Amino acid sequence: MEKRFVYADNAATTKVSKPVLDVMMPYFTEEYGNASSIYTLGRNAKKALETARETVAKTIGAETSEIYFTSCGSESDNWAIRSVCERLAAKGKKHIITSVFEHHAVLHTCQALEKLGFEVTYLPVYENGIVKTEDVKNAIREDTALVTIMYANNEIGTIQPVEEIAAVCREKGVLFHTDAVQAMGHVKIDVHAQGIDMLSLSGHKIHAQKGIGALYVRKGIPVTNLIFGGAQERNRRAGTENLPAIVGFAKAMEIAGKDIEKRAEKTAKQRDRLIEGILKLPRTRLNGDPVKRLPGTVNISIEGVEGESLLLMLDLNGICASSGSACTSGSLDPSHVLLALGLKHEVAHGSLRLSINDETTDEDIDYILEVVPKVVKRLRDMSPLWERICNEETV
Amino acid sequence: MLYSEKVLDHFSNPRNVGEIENADGIGEVGNAKCGDIMKMYVKVDNGIISDVKFKTFGCGAAVATSSMATELIKGKSIDDALKLTNKAVVEALDGLPAVKLHCSVLAEQAIKSALADYYTKQGIDPTPIVGEIGECEECHH
Repeated sequence: MEKRFVYADNAATTKVSKPVLDVMMPYFTEEYGNASSIYTLGRNAKKALETARETVAKTIGAETSEIYFTSCGSESDNWAIRSVCERLAAKGKKHIITSVFEHHAVLHTCQALEKLGFEVTYLPVYENGIVKTEDVKNAIREDTALVTIMYANNEIGTIQPVEEIAAVCREKGVLFHTDAVQAMGHVKIDVHAQGIDMLSLSGHKIHAQKGIGALYVRKGIPVTNLIFGGAQERNRRAGTENLPAIVGFAKAMEIAGKDIEKRAEKTAKQRDRLIEGILKLPRTRLNGDPVKRLPGTVNISIEGVEGESLLLMLDLNGICASSGSACTSGSLDPSHVLLALGLKHEVAHGSLRLSINDETTDEDIDYILEVVPKVVKRLRDMSPLWERICNEETV
Repeated sequence: MLYSEKVLDHFSNPRNVGEIENADGIGEVGNAKCGDIMKMYVKVDNGIISDVKFKTFGCGAAVATSSMATELIKGKSIDDALKLTNKAVVEALDGLPAVKLHCSVLAEQAIKSALADYYTKQGIDPTPIVGEIGECEECHH
């Protein structure tokens, strides 16, 4: 098959879509007013800002006043957690419940709070990569300030029982935050119906630009100031609004909220072809629950090969993918997500994440399925670890 | 992760990959837990490394440093091969990202380990000649 370019790393970032770019363009050179200005140009900006907020709110079943624009998903996570914890610490609530395989934006925020005297319970995610609601229930204490569990995992794509967790939290009177950065656009989100108190979103995972995100905070939950200065974002986050990004993000949200089931069905079929095809290789395993997962995310461990080599080799063949290997993270330990599933280090080093979306064609899948086995064979042929694995098998 | 053109070249077209049957010395360093294993095979004729091959499990830098190291010692005397430093391998590759420097250390150790095995097979204690082959200092496992 002829070499082609296949972008299979949509969980890392996505391309800005044409409709999104189109709505953004006027806000650079024509409607460039500051939303805080009094004249028409400024009022137009303010109007666009509030319309965007309304669109984002509507897409996730929230009220307009419950949406704050931020610069990214990480900021939303940081803000949500710190906001609740700083406030409730004054009431003696200094306990947080999260899971071991959260995004680092959540984990590192929790760790920072630990240094400030908070106690954090890190729930296990078991072999299938899913938090047990029962564990959340059992972990809640008198002094629990917040439960923060991601909607869907970024590395393996497993979907968490957020509705059940939200219900448990509601029953116990504990606030519940979820990082929905990976889930948005792939599963139906309705924050009020699902009982979610706070939710983080990011633009660049859903075909908006990088550098824009949002935080939903249910009405009645006070939010502490993130940035001091002007009166933007209801006095909570100062700084002139990034209007082109916000307008683009709203468009992306609108599109992401539509036809979810139809898109998911097509993508899931392609995903399952990828899984089935790659698992034909010996000594491979699918990471995370086979069913309760995002329609576009595949994470497979391939024994005897190292992830970074695999990615470089795929890149030589035009395929963009990612890995949980230590080498790709710049640290010496492989992905905390894969280790949380109980994978051995050597198996975690050889993981491959492919994240496809509705732009992925069947030909792209054919191509990936042709290239991956070739590349794996080449790397295994030169791998002393693979040699060892084969020798152990024959013994 | 920014790799030099030379690193990418040695990764995509590694030199001297494979095994040597009846090798005079075989060395293996690194471990699977850390994500790097290098295995080096040498053939020695009259104190000259007449052939060298490697197999590596590891990242792009691990493959490239193995490949470059074999090129740098092939046809050289044992004495010269033992003088090869990880720094020389890094320089020959036009540099490595800081987090990948340990790969070059592994390459140096792999050569020393293969030559130590050669001496052991000759009934000669390798330690006074090759020196101690330390553990990878970056490795915390």
